[in-house]
Amino acid sequence: MKLSGAEILIRCLKDEGVEYLFGYPGGAVLNIYDALYQQDDIKHIMVRHEQAATHAADGYARATGKPGIVLVTSGPGVTNAITGIATAYMDSIPMVVITGQVSSAMIGSDAFQEVDAIGITRSCVKHNFLINDLFKLAETIKKAFHIAITGRPGPVVIDVPKDITNPDIKISYHYPDTIKIRSYRPVVNGHPAQIKLAVQMLLNANRPMIYTGGGVILGNASEELRKFVYGLGYPITSTLMGLGAFPASNDQFLGMLGMHGNYEANMAMHECDVLIAIGARFDDRVTGELIYFCPYAKIIHVDIDPSSISKNVTVDVPIVGDVSVVLKEMNQALDVSVARPDINMLKEWWITIDGWRSQKCMSYDKRGDSIKPQAVIELLHHITVGDAYVTSDVGQHQMWAAQYYGFDKPNRWINSGGLGTMGFGLPAAMGVQLAYPDETVVCVTGEGSIQMCIQELSTCLQYGLPIKVITLNNHYLGMVRQWQEFFYGNRYSHSYMESLPDFVKLTESYGHVGMHITDPLDLKPMMERAFAMKNRLVFMDIVTEQTENVYPMISNGKGHNEMHMSPHCELSQAWEGR
Amino acid sequence: MKRHIILLLIENEAGALSYVSGLFSARAYNIESLTVAPTEDPSLSRMTIVTTCTDYIMEKMSKQLNKLIDVVTLLELTNEPHIEREMRLIKVKFETIAQLNDVKLLTNIYSGNIIDVTSTTITIELTSSGDRLDAFIKSLAKHNILEIARSGISGIACGETSLHI
Repeated sequence: MKLSGAEILIRCLKDEGVEYLFGYPGGAVLNIYDALYQQDDIKHIMVRHEQAATHAADGYARATGKPGIVLVTSGPGVTNAITGIATAYMDSIPMVVITGQVSSAMIGSDAFQEVDAIGITRSCVKHNFLINDLFKLAETIKKAFHIAITGRPGPVVIDVPKDITNPDIKISYHYPDTIKIRSYRPVVNGHPAQIKLAVQMLLNANRPMIYTGGGVILGNASEELRKFVYGLGYPITSTLMGLGAFPASNDQFLGMLGMHGNYEANMAMHECDVLIAIGARFDDRVTGELIYFCPYAKIIHVDIDPSSISKNVTVDVPIVGDVSVVLKEMNQALDVSVARPDINMLKEWWITIDGWRSQKCMSYDKRGDSIKPQAVIELLHHITVGDAYVTSDVGQHQMWAAQYYGFDKPNRWINSGGLGTMGFGLPAAMGVQLAYPDETVVCVTGEGSIQMCIQELSTCLQYGLPIKVITLNNHYLGMVRQWQEFFYGNRYSHSYMESLPDFVKLTESYGHVGMHITDPLDLKPMMERAFAMKNRLVFMDIVTEQTENVYPMISNGKGHNEMHMSPHCELSQAWEGR
Repeated sequence: MKRHIILLLIENEAGALSYVSGLFSARAYNIESLTVAPTEDPSLSRMTIVTTCTDYIMEKMSKQLNKLIDVVTLLELTNEPHIEREMRLIKVKFETIAQLNDVKLLTNIYSGNIIDVTSTTITIELTSSGDRLDAFIKSLAKHNILEIARSGISGIACGETSLHI
């Protein structure tokens, strides 16, 4: 049977097992949309803005581990999608983005809705392709999927000129089962000698520390990680991106590390003598000032991307490989090793850590007439039994959700860590809810972030997505306000949110349920009522304490041991310059 | 800071070069010279990049270059005993036969080739190492050089070390 380019494209997606396509139609992709119309295998989700299509596909990918697929038109379709592509790129999320392009003969003529999609996306994709030959379409799509999901995952853009999808030109269809790219061969297995060395170092450590990142979740290595950590009995911390890979409720977990990390996690990083970083990339929000980073530690780094090794912090034992495979190899080495960790040293190390832990760095002032944002997240954990998929936007609410929800499972915490994209949360939640229609999906957001993609409430109605939106509304761009309080002499330049919409009316006009919650006494019953409405999207506009800050905090230029603590925790340090 | 020469074998495809140059421009690093041409296998291109940076930056850049999907393999030539060559085409204007003879003499001394002569100009081709080329240009200082075209550096490692798939 012969197929047109548009039909081939859809057929390839089907053969890749694609379930959902997130997109928005337009001139350059009309042929593809016509082919979509004539089939039932792939469900198309029509968003209200192309940015949301990319975030929704991204959320779907983060929750399922499968690539997210996007279809947008040329010109503004592409430029609107850029934010979402860059978001996925920074967090290494597998995504295939099909962009329409003007006809081959028109490229470069400043045609209507023409942009150089290949040029404009080059620096925020893992790779991109411009299709110039219909006969190469299927093979290129195979390559795009292969590149997106293997190695360090990432978004791949396929730019398809309109003439390629011409319904009148049909060719025979063949989709390759596998593909080999000579210039792209990601390393999977760790180097055996390096693994042996790492295991020896870990077993000889006096103050060991395990630091894990989003790579553990992307690499589906949560189970091997748990075996590794339980087997050694060592303390573990996680980056924002890695939360849930190891259960937060386990005693060995010291909480998140970094700028807004737990006191005990950051102190243990500072004092450890052997550090193993697994699927983490030593991001600046994690390390603090590099010259003060882990001053006493020998560092082992496991990562699939060789360019991540010694990029920011020089490591002693690099291991390039798939984290799941390397952890398995390490677990095997530990199983047969006669050497064991020094129990007495480890006990002493835990006593030190428990000392830091007793400072209760996450305590906050629960008194007062206003709702505390931290209490909302703790209550959310309680109501959802800690088992919800939680997406977030960017800012204070994101940090509180990360700090107070307590993720016990991987793929449940979905946020834009690398790029820090406001507007991510709601569309990402759509992707998650479509993947798991029966699960509770919550979008924790702020009154600033939610307005960046609020139009997606309309998409949620169209596809019946019962997302629970929790807006921590403090009338401020909270994180900006916090920095202005700490570092800019309380000059709150353009961080106050005036003229907010009536979120309840707004939500209702979109056909959903809205709640405005101001009284701490109403919080629990109203949230319970909201979560009892299983089939409705409920938007909870929760007015919270206006000037609450996120603690602990490491300021720019400071090390892990120089945190600014909440005034309400046991150890409240004087803040330099305050 | 040090001068580095990197050899790349890269897929001979549209866009491959922009990925390479993009890595440099995004970090505000300058490429001093870049030569690229298809190899005996026309699906591959060979690229010679010359840049000046610290060893630390060079190591990072090598990793980033290797990470590009289209880059098949890479060799940092400055770490190896190697030979580098550049070709320059130099056009000189003359007014007297004495001037022409002087340019011819210098060209002979430097083993250059005269590739074009008109009633007022002489064009010389010289392929050599950078130092020797600079010395030749210097020796022409009293003449009226109209234009110099530089090919950029091509390099190859000494001995059996070679860049291949």
